[in-house]
Amino acid sequence: MKMTGARIVIESLIKENVEVVFGYPGGAIMNVYDELYKQDKFKHILAKHEQGAVHMADGYARATGKVGVAMVTSGPGLTNAVTGIATAYTDSIPMVVISGQVPTTAIGTDAFQEVDAVGVTRPITKHNFLVKDVNDLAFIIKEAFYLAKSGRPGPVHIDIPKDVTVAKTTFNYPEKIELKTYKPTYKGNKRAIKRAVEAIKKAKRPVFYIGGGSVLSGASEIIREIVKFTKIPSVETLMARGVLKYDCPYLYGMVGMHGTFSANMAMNDADLIISLGARFDDRVTGKIDEFAKNADIVHIDIDPSQIGKVVETKYPIVGDVKLVLEEMMPLLFDGIDTERYKEWRDILDRYQELYPLKYADSDEVIKPQWVIERTGHLVPENAIITTDVGQHQMWAAQFYPFTYPRQLITSGGLGTMGFGFPAALGAKEGMKERVVINFTGDGSIMMNIQEVLAGYKYNLPVVNIILNNNYLGMVRQWQTMFYEDRLSETDLSDVQPDFVKLAESMGGIGFRVSKKREFEKALKEAIKSKKVAFIDVQVDRREDVLPMVPPNSPLKNMLVFKEDK
Amino acid sequence: MKRVISVIVENEHGVLARIVNMFAARGYNITSLTVAPIPNSEFSRMTIMSEGDPKVFEQIVKQLYKLIPVYKVIESDDFIQKEMAMVKFPLKEVKNNLADIDAIAKCYNGKISNVNDKHIVVSVVDRPDRIDNFLKAMSVKYKNLEIVRSGVSVIER
Ligand SMILES: Cc1ncc(C[n+]2csc(CCOP(=O)(O)OP(=O)(O)O)c2C)c(N)n1
Ligand SMILES: [Mg+2]
Repeated sequence: MKMTGARIVIESLIKENVEVVFGYPGGAIMNVYDELYKQDKFKHILAKHEQGAVHMADGYARATGKVGVAMVTSGPGLTNAVTGIATAYTDSIPMVVISGQVPTTAIGTDAFQEVDAVGVTRPITKHNFLVKDVNDLAFIIKEAFYLAKSGRPGPVHIDIPKDVTVAKTTFNYPEKIELKTYKPTYKGNKRAIKRAVEAIKKAKRPVFYIGGGSVLSGASEIIREIVKFTKIPSVETLMARGVLKYDCPYLYGMVGMHGTFSANMAMNDADLIISLGARFDDRVTGKIDEFAKNADIVHIDIDPSQIGKVVETKYPIVGDVKLVLEEMMPLLFDGIDTERYKEWRDILDRYQELYPLKYADSDEVIKPQWVIERTGHLVPENAIITTDVGQHQMWAAQFYPFTYPRQLITSGGLGTMGFGFPAALGAKEGMKERVVINFTGDGSIMMNIQEVLAGYKYNLPVVNIILNNNYLGMVRQWQTMFYEDRLSETDLSDVQPDFVKLAESMGGIGFRVSKKREFEKALKEAIKSKKVAFIDVQVDRREDVLPMVPPNSPLKNMLVFKEDK
Repeated sequence: MKRVISVIVENEHGVLARIVNMFAARGYNITSLTVAPIPNSEFSRMTIMSEGDPKVFEQIVKQLYKLIPVYKVIESDDFIQKEMAMVKFPLKEVKNNLADIDAIAKCYNGKISNVNDKHIVVSVVDRPDRIDNFLKAMSVKYKNLEIVRSGVSVIER
């Protein structure tokens, strides 16, 4: 039986076991939406803005580990989606984005709502396709899903001209796919693994540097086992929070610009850094010439281009973190002397005692860190935490007691304000039984606030805790520290909305909290309400995120807490 | 340092743009680029001459492999390298030296390809560094030349 391209899109999504598509219709994609209307195998969530739709698909993917799917129309639909695609790309999130395009006959004529969509998304996707012939459509969709989730995951974009959605062909969804030009390496080279194991056994000051790739490969369990057995000190990047449990005695916390002193010193003083799916980002390494001067590097990554990109790597291992560690574990456990690292752990414990993560709590004002800690106590252990971008994001990463991987959903690579709330909605859609909390700021929340309506319509009750400092706080902090406190365009105190009314006007519920004792009640009621909730918490305006590695400084030059100086 | 790499890619929509964009986005240079389909296959062969230190080259190769339609990146210090150059001389510049020019062109696997009432055109095919020499010699001797270079193509020995 012959089918239209539009129908093929829908049937292919069904074949991929897609449960939900996040999107927004328009002229060029209408035929596909018409077929979507006629089916009931998967759900569609209508966002209020394409950026929202793509972040929702992203949050869904991060929470569930499945491929997120978003659908938009041509021209402005696609350009609105760009920030969402780029956000997913920099954090290697599996996603398929389908856009409509003007008919093939109109491409290149500056037609209404025409943009060179694949030109726009080329640098922010793992791969993209312009479908020119309906006979290629099913294969391309299969390939897109395969590319999105295999190897180093990432968003894949399919641009489908309107006439291709009308044209007919027989639907033949390929069962398997093999690409001549794309064969990711999953299993690490045995000799390289052996050499790395020897290096770890010989090291005096090794450290596991755990990155987002560990989450993507599902390596948390084996990493926990290895760390527990070997007692090798470990640090996590922002993207890896929760790979180890917060109370693991060998976890020295987050590394990087707002990491703990002990974690950064672990990197600084190490003689062997074992990178597990991390990429030596500049927010982690500080000034690169001064980074880990005495350390050899073991770098395990599924993407060969990450290895040796930033630092000289003595022990490169291309492969999936989990599979490589499975090979490594028996070799490593065989005859390892864990007492060997005792002295090293003692040193790091000392650093930890000297400069622990802390803040000066207060009874008069609410400290943002307190809100995060309190939330950690009040919500179930399996709650999902999303964040926006700014000070609140760093405090959440520092102070929330993360217990499992995929618990923290945050825009790490791109740092996209406006990500947290739609991502929370997507996560909730994927994990209905979980409490979902978005820690956000008074700046960030405004960037996708329209999605309260989507949350209302599709019954996705997530709780937004606005750590309201009436500032674009993170920028304000830099202005204070590095621009003599010239607060250029960061004071938001004269332009605050009434978040309670704002929420209510779109079917949500709002709370204002200006005393510590009001917080617990508000949070409990917010969760109980089963509505999209805003808790507008008035926090200490001038709080800074500390400790801090000033931009382009070596890790050891951390600014610590004032009274510790 | 100049280096040549050969990239075998699938013939598909936008593949050239993908490669060129990657170079532009990461700030790598392209000195020359040639591309043509490989007969009786679904692949094309691109030859890219680029400049950079060995670390940059290592990244270029890895980043090329990361592009989905890239099948193979061939690096070798032992390519047979050929480039074509065409030089247009105003006839009045060279009137009395045609034999001389023809003789030099022959040293570079070339010849006079065309003569009309205004110009003569010489084409040569040789290693890029030898083409450099040829063009230098010609430019010193004659004025108002128009020069076209094809960019290098290579094949493994
Ligand atoms: C889309 C976008 N625009 C601008 C920035 C730059 N930026 C980073 S943090 C920040 C301030 C965020 O303010 P808010 O959401 O109130 O969080 P706070 O730092 O106050 O906790 C800005 C403007 C960004 N990261 N993303
Ligand atoms: Mg703020």
